[in-house]
Amino acid sequence: MNLLPPLRVLDITRENGFLCGKILADLGCDVLKIEEPGGDPGRLQGPFYRSDPDPDKSLYWWAFNANKRGITLNIESSEGRGLFLRLAEKADFVIESFTPGYMDDLGLGYRELGKLNPSLVMTSITPFGQSGPYARYKATDLIGMAMGGIMYISGDDDRPPVRISYPQAWSHAALQAAVGTMNAYYYRETSGKGQHVDASMQLSVIWTQMNATITWDLSRMNTLRGGAVKTFSMVRDGEELEVPVRYTWKCKDGYVNFVIVGSGPGVRVNQTLVEWMNSEGMGLEIKDFDWSGLGFVPTAPETREMLERNISEFFESHTVEELYEGAVARRIWIAPIGTPAYQMVNPQLEARGFWHEVFDPQIGETVVYPGWPIKQSESPVGPPSRAPHVGEHNQEVYCGELGLEPEELARLEESEVI
Amino acid sequence: MPDQIFEGIKVADFTWVGVGPITIKNLADHGATVVHIESHTHLDTLRMTPPFKDGIAGVDRSAFMADYNTNKYGVSLDINIPKGLEIARDLILWSDVVAESFSPRAMGKWGLDYESIRKVKPDIIYYSASQQGHGGPHSGFIGFGMMMASLSGYAHLTGWPDRDPAPPYGAYTDFISPFFGAAALVAALDHKRKTGVGQHLDLSQLECGLQLIAPVQMDYVLNGHEMKRDGNRDPRAAPHNAYPCRGEDSWCAIAVFTDEEWTSLCMVMDKPDWVRDPRFETLEARKTNEDELDRLIGEWTQGRGAQEVMEALQTMGVPAGVVLNAEGQFDDAQVKYRGFFKYLEHEVIGRHAYDGFSFELSRTPGSLTAAPTLGQHNEYVYKEILGMTDDEIGDLIAEGVITVEA
Repeated sequence: MNLLPPLRVLDITRENGFLCGKILADLGCDVLKIEEPGGDPGRLQGPFYRSDPDPDKSLYWWAFNANKRGITLNIESSEGRGLFLRLAEKADFVIESFTPGYMDDLGLGYRELGKLNPSLVMTSITPFGQSGPYARYKATDLIGMAMGGIMYISGDDDRPPVRISYPQAWSHAALQAAVGTMNAYYYRETSGKGQHVDASMQLSVIWTQMNATITWDLSRMNTLRGGAVKTFSMVRDGEELEVPVRYTWKCKDGYVNFVIVGSGPGVRVNQTLVEWMNSEGMGLEIKDFDWSGLGFVPTAPETREMLERNISEFFESHTVEELYEGAVARRIWIAPIGTPAYQMVNPQLEARGFWHEVFDPQIGETVVYPGWPIKQSESPVGPPSRAPHVGEHNQEVYCGELGLEPEELARLEESEVI
Repeated sequence: MPDQIFEGIKVADFTWVGVGPITIKNLADHGATVVHIESHTHLDTLRMTPPFKDGIAGVDRSAFMADYNTNKYGVSLDINIPKGLEIARDLILWSDVVAESFSPRAMGKWGLDYESIRKVKPDIIYYSASQQGHGGPHSGFIGFGMMMASLSGYAHLTGWPDRDPAPPYGAYTDFISPFFGAAALVAALDHKRKTGVGQHLDLSQLECGLQLIAPVQMDYVLNGHEMKRDGNRDPRAAPHNAYPCRGEDSWCAIAVFTDEEWTSLCMVMDKPDWVRDPRFETLEARKTNEDELDRLIGEWTQGRGAQEVMEALQTMGVPAGVVLNAEGQFDDAQVKYRGFFKYLEHEVIGRHAYDGFSFELSRTPGSLTAAPTLGQHNEYVYKEILGMTDDEIGDLIAEGVITVEA
């Protein structure tokens, strides 16, 4: 049994909000993705199946609209608005991602929908929230990563700040909006009252910066960017320090991630690594190094240089797999730099049954989808159904549910309402 | 009617570091009663991770620790001592939700794993957040979000094509995983409320990380194409980069997807000729000549303030945004307008900033109180929740069951 009953979700988001409805669908909701006639602009986001930029072949669309059904509707037409209101009256959720004010101007904002359906949970996902000085600014993934701070602290220090090369900012907003949506839903179930969830992409991205924001507040230091080597800004015994911390290390056939951490379990991890190195006759220079006095990360340049030199030498004499398998066995934190190819042979994902292979008769090929990242003992999430084609479920919804005659549907399609 | 969303929900929170505490913070910030169980003998790593009050390390001095543990009751308890373990069991029996984020074998060692707990409390909701999930050959891998950010692919996908992989700053997947966990946990609470059925939620941080790059994986499987880090380039846009502005390490991001935006950008830059310049007239041309385009735009931005560039471009409908550093986020007009950073009074750190809500709920906004010091609420929890007497508590402190120092 799914975690959630088949609650009705009207998902009228554009490409900046797909993931929110996807999460509700994976949890068990009946999600109707509403597109404008002709197709959602999010269908233009690549990559594409066979690299063919056809709106029905966007893998972004496939990935984040799987498990949803799809209808088309022009909510700017008066008949379209009427149909939307009929659907919203009985819906449990509406999720939208238009520029603030757009839905209000159409008479479809929370003010109206909340009156029509007081138990409705309506979620708005926008770059900066519903109001405020930048509320109407235009934003893309790059702008979200910039104004959410993660970009300033990512990338090499001798080049411009970078985003992550596949868009993330909207997904953070939609993901955190899903939490707000579930919170509002839980309250509705105990109180009977719906509400409006106003999610901000900028603030969602701010959440991804770990300790950078609070380091400014407490220590008045801006965290700086680094590539394979990061810079940790910190104050130690009253002294401001910018400490380089290596994240990416070369090895024989690729890269691994390892961080020299001196606090918490770090002492045991470092000692275990050195024992491993010593057992192969390497790292003898740091055989008796006293890790307990290291603190969070090594701050003295000569210490850091000595540790890095010894560890690098060891890593460069081993393959990624040797290091990773050795790390798992010894319970220390050396991890491969995963690539798309690696994930498909990653034995852990295989063992957990993470990938779902779903045959798609239309393309005559099996499509591989990532599974839900949580194993739920009583409510497992199964393979997804494929994302809808443009207007695929129009008849099912408009005739089957709203009781439109087929001729009426044809007329509305003709006049581009549907 | 409840005032807060999760009023009456009780949580025994054994989590530590990032993912677990942030997940449970969502319940705590919206009214759940959360008891965060820690000990001085096995400190939460974040308690020893900066920033510290006055730059001096100490168990109660880390704002990093505080940030993820608002609204929780803090107790100190050594569950490696039999009496401590017994008390942990009592807290579990009191709770609706047990949460833990140790490596998968740890709770079993204490007999506190899901299978053991469900025998005495069949409807328990039991949330486990680990690096790679329970079961499978790498289940025992221990590490932090830095390792999962690299393993899941974000290092491969961030940085420059001619340089080593460069994961985004910090423990990136630690800020993806908790939100999947929180959404599922609330759904599980609803499910239990309606059906009486509890369950185990076993979250893999690696698998959470892969959600946001699902299309990249599908591109590899279906097309045999392996996407790789590419600076700030985007196949659908040009210009699309961070451009240097006046001042030290100051940048403005500009993203031009349409010809209309390109025309507007040229007007703002007062370069009307570039609109029809064959090097830049179409997206295709701009992509072909992107290095030159970046150089020319950089020349224009260089002498201007980043804020000024953003405002000028946004006024004309061109997506642009200051690349904000931490200080800039505190000063940002929109962040301030939303009241995102919350200043709370912590017992030891004093008044300091916490990351606030990314979403606003119109009816039940939630509220934040400062995170506890280690063991701050021992008296309240052991007396009011577990019904112990002062004498009993005194004995437990003397025996080191309730820990008081590291």
